[in-house]
Amino acid sequence: MAKTIKDHQQTKKAIGWDGKTLKQMRREMNDISKETGHYAGLRTLPFKETDPIRFEKIYSKLRGGVVHARETAKKVAASPIVEQEGELCFSLYTPEADSIVTSTGIIIHVGTMGAAIKFMIENDYEDNPGINDKDIFCNNDNHVGNVHTCDVHTLVPIFWEGEVVGWAGGVTHVIDTGASAPGSMPMGPVQRYDDGYQVTCRKIGQNDTLSKDWILESTRSVRAVKYWTLDEKTRIAGCHMIRDLVLDVIKEEGVDNYKQFIREIIEDGRRGFVNQVKTMLIPGKYRQASFVDIPFKDLDLPSFAKLNTIIHTPSEITVHKDAKLEIDFEGANRWGWHPFNATPVSITSGIWVMLSQTLVPNDRINDGAYYASKFGIPYGSWFNPDDIRSAHSNTWHALVAAWSPLWRGLSRAYFGRGYLEEVNAGNAHTSNWLMGGGYDQYGQLSAMNSFETSSCGVGASAVQDGISHSAALWNPEGDMGDMEIWELLEPLIFLGRQILPGSGGAGKYRGGNGWQSLRLGWGAKEWTMFVAGAGVMATDCGLMGGYPASSGYRFQANKTNIKERIAKGLPLPLGGDVDPDNPIYEDNMEAEVIHRDRQAVSTQEQFGDYDVIMNYLRGGPGFGDPLERNPKQVESDLNEKYILLRYAEQVYGCVFVEENGVYTVDLKATEEKRKEIRKQRLERSQPVKEWMQEERTKIMNEDASIQVRHMYAQSFALSEKFTDEFKDFWNIPEEWMIYEDDLGVPTLGAHINRFKQKK
Amino acid sequence: MAKYDKKRINELIEGTLEFYQLKEMMSSHKDPERFELYREVLQDRVSWDDPILLPYGLHLYIVQKANGDRIVKCDCGHEFCDYKENWKLHARIFVRDTEEKMNEIYPKLMSPDPEWQVIREYYCPNCAAQLEVEAVPPWYPIILDFEPDIDTFYKEWIKKPLPKA
Repeated sequence: MAKTIKDHQQTKKAIGWDGKTLKQMRREMNDISKETGHYAGLRTLPFKETDPIRFEKIYSKLRGGVVHARETAKKVAASPIVEQEGELCFSLYTPEADSIVTSTGIIIHVGTMGAAIKFMIENDYEDNPGINDKDIFCNNDNHVGNVHTCDVHTLVPIFWEGEVVGWAGGVTHVIDTGASAPGSMPMGPVQRYDDGYQVTCRKIGQNDTLSKDWILESTRSVRAVKYWTLDEKTRIAGCHMIRDLVLDVIKEEGVDNYKQFIREIIEDGRRGFVNQVKTMLIPGKYRQASFVDIPFKDLDLPSFAKLNTIIHTPSEITVHKDAKLEIDFEGANRWGWHPFNATPVSITSGIWVMLSQTLVPNDRINDGAYYASKFGIPYGSWFNPDDIRSAHSNTWHALVAAWSPLWRGLSRAYFGRGYLEEVNAGNAHTSNWLMGGGYDQYGQLSAMNSFETSSCGVGASAVQDGISHSAALWNPEGDMGDMEIWELLEPLIFLGRQILPGSGGAGKYRGGNGWQSLRLGWGAKEWTMFVAGAGVMATDCGLMGGYPASSGYRFQANKTNIKERIAKGLPLPLGGDVDPDNPIYEDNMEAEVIHRDRQAVSTQEQFGDYDVIMNYLRGGPGFGDPLERNPKQVESDLNEKYILLRYAEQVYGCVFVEENGVYTVDLKATEEKRKEIRKQRLERSQPVKEWMQEERTKIMNEDASIQVRHMYAQSFALSEKFTDEFKDFWNIPEEWMIYEDDLGVPTLGAHINRFKQKK
Repeated sequence: MAKYDKKRINELIEGTLEFYQLKEMMSSHKDPERFELYREVLQDRVSWDDPILLPYGLHLYIVQKANGDRIVKCDCGHEFCDYKENWKLHARIFVRDTEEKMNEIYPKLMSPDPEWQVIREYYCPNCAAQLEVEAVPPWYPIILDFEPDIDTFYKEWIKKPLPKA
């Protein structure tokens, strides 16, 4: 009788350790870590304790090698996002996909690439399609746990004498992945099937060679082929460098030592994290929330996506007595027909990006921290959709907003313990994203996503202002890129870059300012543009009396007379839109269409030569009462154009004398003015409990805009706890409720609903 | 491991350290004695005698009263409430819920739209310091930002006796 596939599979040698399959190894690792509370059940670290120098030497080699792989491999790329901005990352994993060491860069992908390897293990890739030495796998499937489609992973198994000793993973943020709109984080997708070319953990090469069918299919599925191709070579080069590195370490140290090392370094990471929590934080509970507008009612989208709503992300950090860190997002609202949905892996991995910049600012970022923490991710929420149709192409829109308040929560602990230098009022919402695509100035089918967003304002600390135009939460190595490079790669000429006054939140220490750049269309054919940013809502609060950073808007002008103005030598719109209450761009041009509005998310519009579009990069939130800001710092801000005169006067309470355009603060008059403002505060404010009665009446009368009611209705439908706390706080009777079905807005895809389930 | 004196911690609180000094503090391993030093410096800076149990925010402290109560207190001397309650409920509030009120802080296109979000400012009823600002949609319950477990912190984490009134 002929052998069946099953017979063949059963006789095939397992590739895990000691004759086990990877799946067996994964399950055993989960069980023992959970049972003992220590990674791999390691109550002691014998290797580290008996031979610490050797242990650290191995660590340094691996860490240095992984960073080196990133720095070297990125030179292969042509994409400015990778080569200029460093939007790539490499990581080394155990056979079961726990991260051992990771490079610098977009380290959110420590988790996402691990999720992809775990997906392959769980789905028996060992049997089919097989995992062999020198194989190459690719993944960018959002629902496997990726952040968004443009983050493309290359995964390479590392074998030693027939056993898998690990995996190398590399990720780059690719400029275009063939979504329904161009660019890496497009607006327009509202379903998975609009998000672009998704590859689900596919074997794309063997014997270190890419398959021809893969090369043909993938390059025919995306717009900017040269960037796609060179990004892939970048990832493969880095993974192969890491593979060589691991094999060299094993040759030098012995495979048994290597195996022991990779277990201990993760447990060491877990212990290090617990130690940092005890050193820096205070046990207890920390609460915060973030909100992002989804103004989709008037966009060119399918009818079921056309509604205005708000993404709601409350969070509660619990620092337990044993220093375990728990973050619960109970109360978050529903996923929706927008590209801002996320996966649990992407929100938790992103938290590690944030924590690596504050609570654990060292190079021991591995899955140890994951084993020392716990997350509550509501099923059906925007970061745990219960439907595979959800779109994720611009997931950062909501993720950035969700993470920033966590930093604010941790800062209350730093403040309490006296580590004032670590306090951060939050982070900028890294937008607007400026995107587009078509045939570029070289006649090639291309796409763009301006990564000027990697240099937004930082939140203020408790001892100094936030750094202006400098950083992004998602990549600590922020760099706005050179204008000359952007102009080489994008069919848009710069009409200037300028700091935006007042974009950082006001405070005793102000948030770092954001900035604007103005771009002129030039040389493209059949090109479209759009923006994606937070518009009518501030995505974070200030801290301890500081104000939130300013919120967003867009400026775009089509069919302008700039060509004629250039010919006549007339003034042009240049630089930033420094005071949108008194705009001047329009004084220096005419245009058939001008968008100067709060619609900071837009869908594709044709964009031709001499059309103009502004990029607005946000500031960070402020810390402390602005009336306590040193008046000389306000004077400096005013003269250096970080703030407008009227806000220096009315928000900071400063009085100035002006001479030849230079302002000098009058300290005595300022003191008097500040006293007067404090008096006015008491006069026009009211006791909170009195105000609560008025607000309660509005709630009882359902007096709020549709988007606000919709946000609450979704959170009520998903969370009994949030509902109870809401009602308890406002003393609302049991029968009062807002239901999604009663609001007259589309409810397609709203499956989980505790009210309907009760019925 | 870094070690600082009261003068340095006072300068940190005052915000007068140079960036290179702050950078050094950020890059060094944290000094375990910081909390005690910080608490003592803050105690010297306030005009009242209630022992500070925990700095709770800019101007706000959880203090120990002689009768055993733990109270949220402003450095101006105003006492809000028991530390388990939300001090904001005992503050004064000003809500920016119109375009005009928003425009006092931001240019119109750069402020939240009050149809979507309001700004709530919480002031000390005595000294009028702006102690916290919330940017939330209308109806949002006032957030209880921080509930510290003071006993565990002192007894199990830093292993120090609780200050007594």
